Amino acid sequence: MEKECKVARTGCIGTCSVGPAVLVEPGDYLYQSVTPDKVREIVRDHIVLGLPVKDMLYKNEAYFQKQHRLVLRNAGKIDPSRIQDYISAGGYSALAKCLATMTPQGVIYEVVTSGLRGRGGAGFPTGQKWSLVARSHNTPKYIVANLDEGDPGVFANRTLAEADPHAIIEGMLIAAYAIGAEKGYIYIRSEYPLAIQTLQKAIAQAKAMSLLGEKILETSFKFDLELRFGAGAFVAGEETAILASVEGRRAMPRPRPPYPANSGLWQKPTLIQNVETLANIPLIVQNGGHWFSKTGTPKCTGTKCFSLTGKISNPGLIEVPMGITLREVVFDIGGGVPDGKKFKAVLVGGPSGGCLPETLLEIPIDYDSLTKVGAIMGSGGIVVIDEDSCMVDTARFFTEFCVDESCGKCTPCRAGLARLKEVFDKITHGQGEMSDIATLEKSGVYIRDASLCGLGQTAPNPVITTLRYFKDEYVKHIVEKQCVAGKCFKTRDEEELE
Amino acid sequence: MEKDDKQRIMLEKVLKEHNYQESALLEILHRAQEIYGYLDKDLMMDISGSLNLPPSHVYGVVTFYSFFKLRKSGEHVVTGCLGTACYVRGVEQIMEAIEQEFKLKRGGSTADGKLSLLLTRCIGACAMAPNIVVDDEVIGKATKEVVTQKIREVLGGVKAET
Repeated sequence: MEKECKVARTGCIGTCSVGPAVLVEPGDYLYQSVTPDKVREIVRDHIVLGLPVKDMLYKNEAYFQKQHRLVLRNAGKIDPSRIQDYISAGGYSALAKCLATMTPQGVIYEVVTSGLRGRGGAGFPTGQKWSLVARSHNTPKYIVANLDEGDPGVFANRTLAEADPHAIIEGMLIAAYAIGAEKGYIYIRSEYPLAIQTLQKAIAQAKAMSLLGEKILETSFKFDLELRFGAGAFVAGEETAILASVEGRRAMPRPRPPYPANSGLWQKPTLIQNVETLANIPLIVQNGGHWFSKTGTPKCTGTKCFSLTGKISNPGLIEVPMGITLREVVFDIGGGVPDGKKFKAVLVGGPSGGCLPETLLEIPIDYDSLTKVGAIMGSGGIVVIDEDSCMVDTARFFTEFCVDESCGKCTPCRAGLARLKEVFDKITHGQGEMSDIATLEKSGVYIRDASLCGLGQTAPNPVITTLRYFKDEYVKHIVEKQCVAGKCFKTRDEEELE
Repeated sequence: MEKDDKQRIMLEKVLKEHNYQESALLEILHRAQEIYGYLDKDLMMDISGSLNLPPSHVYGVVTFYSFFKLRKSGEHVVTGCLGTACYVRGVEQIMEAIEQEFKLKRGGSTADGKLSLLLTRCIGACAMAPNIVVDDEVIGKATKEVVTQKIREVLGGVKAET
């Protein structure tokens, strides 16, 4: 008996908790926690005899049912190291469509119609940004793709780059055509060696096929692309800091205006876009902006990737339509808190996001609703916290992170965050006073309102939200010297202080 | 001496590849650190001369980014991921166990220079938290036992009993 079977490597499917995973096509059979022995069984029963090995299949159907995979359309399906795979999945046809049938203005029109907003966190309308850069007469123009995924607990951009690098490159090419740029950079953090490798290979393949460089697809359109590596600075993800870093300087933000759209890299008009935003572009061009705007909510269209981690049964990378509720994400897709523990909070938006209690789980996930309750979309980190964690300690942890990562340029962020940390150290070492709560509240608001860049403006979010929703824990620490989770009041740090 | 020359030739190649562009400073520093292991004063002076940048600029950049090392690290390097997911899932206890067993502090090395313990903010393998990287191998869903055993192995198993 002869059967042909192709074995291919793919990017991440997103079910990280049950890796290694193997997908058998046709039929989308997903096997979990595969070992060399189990592979033999799969080959013998499923491939040769055609009988899927039922007890090894991934059982949690809800994990995929509520997802809507646009950006991650190819993740887990194609071999990221083969440009042919991307092309046969429809890749680069959007670019061809642009070059053959659309004007730059026409492309921008579709992006505006789509309602797409920046996925890096701030949610600025993408089409509007493109028009601003396109309108400038100053040349040359640049594009910077932001892959400096500095938020701890977030790995959506890494997965995208490792699973579907050409989607990013195609998005950049279309953007370059629309705004009139000839040179682009992908700024990627050095902590992601596999993503770097994958992108390097993808760029080389695209160059070899004349999809990058001069005379792209035999037109007069040209675009060149280089990688730039980060070096471990969280603040480099901020849009003016990333420019400084691409230019080879310390990644320190500067005041705006001038906005990068007018004066960016080397004072030239520059479009800065998160890679997840860019990966949406080929779909919008292919299917039209109107098609795209039908997913999600009217003000917040499309989907968003979320890294689901912490105390959760099914951690992994998911992509859901905007407007889905937090409860659906945490309980239906994520499977809730494991080991019979009690859900306490969910941190949305990375280290400068907000800690939200169970009562707020019904809110829809979109930029505006999250901001209203004190969280942010950020880069899409969702960390579930259970009863074993102390909210005061959690807020202290994030404050410490931001103290470390503050670039030191502006005083509110540099000095203010250090002050917050001092107060936290006091409280978690049993020396807190009730007046400390007011100090935290007041300083948090000052830092938020007076800092120069997004880092300082959002850094107090965990403090402000834990004070808003979990004040009783602060009071317990201060008055009764008690930590509900048994995390605080250790003496090791005191020794270190000497 | 011979080895130094070879490293310098490699560095020159990197500089040339980047056309001695100031804007490629970060890439050049990355490669220089790969070649030499760390960035000492002479090397930074060398790079500043080659790129025609003030030494203060190069030093400023090197010290701003946490990835660049000014000192040689141990023969083996253990890196604890202190990202949010790893923190929530108890990486702290593993770090403490490593510090105790191998008698070193985070950010430092053992007295014999065999082992360094570093911290990173996130390696992006959050669904496998907690993560510890021993040399270049990522250990996901790490426990104290697995990690300390692994470290003993890379150190040659000698230290285990003491």
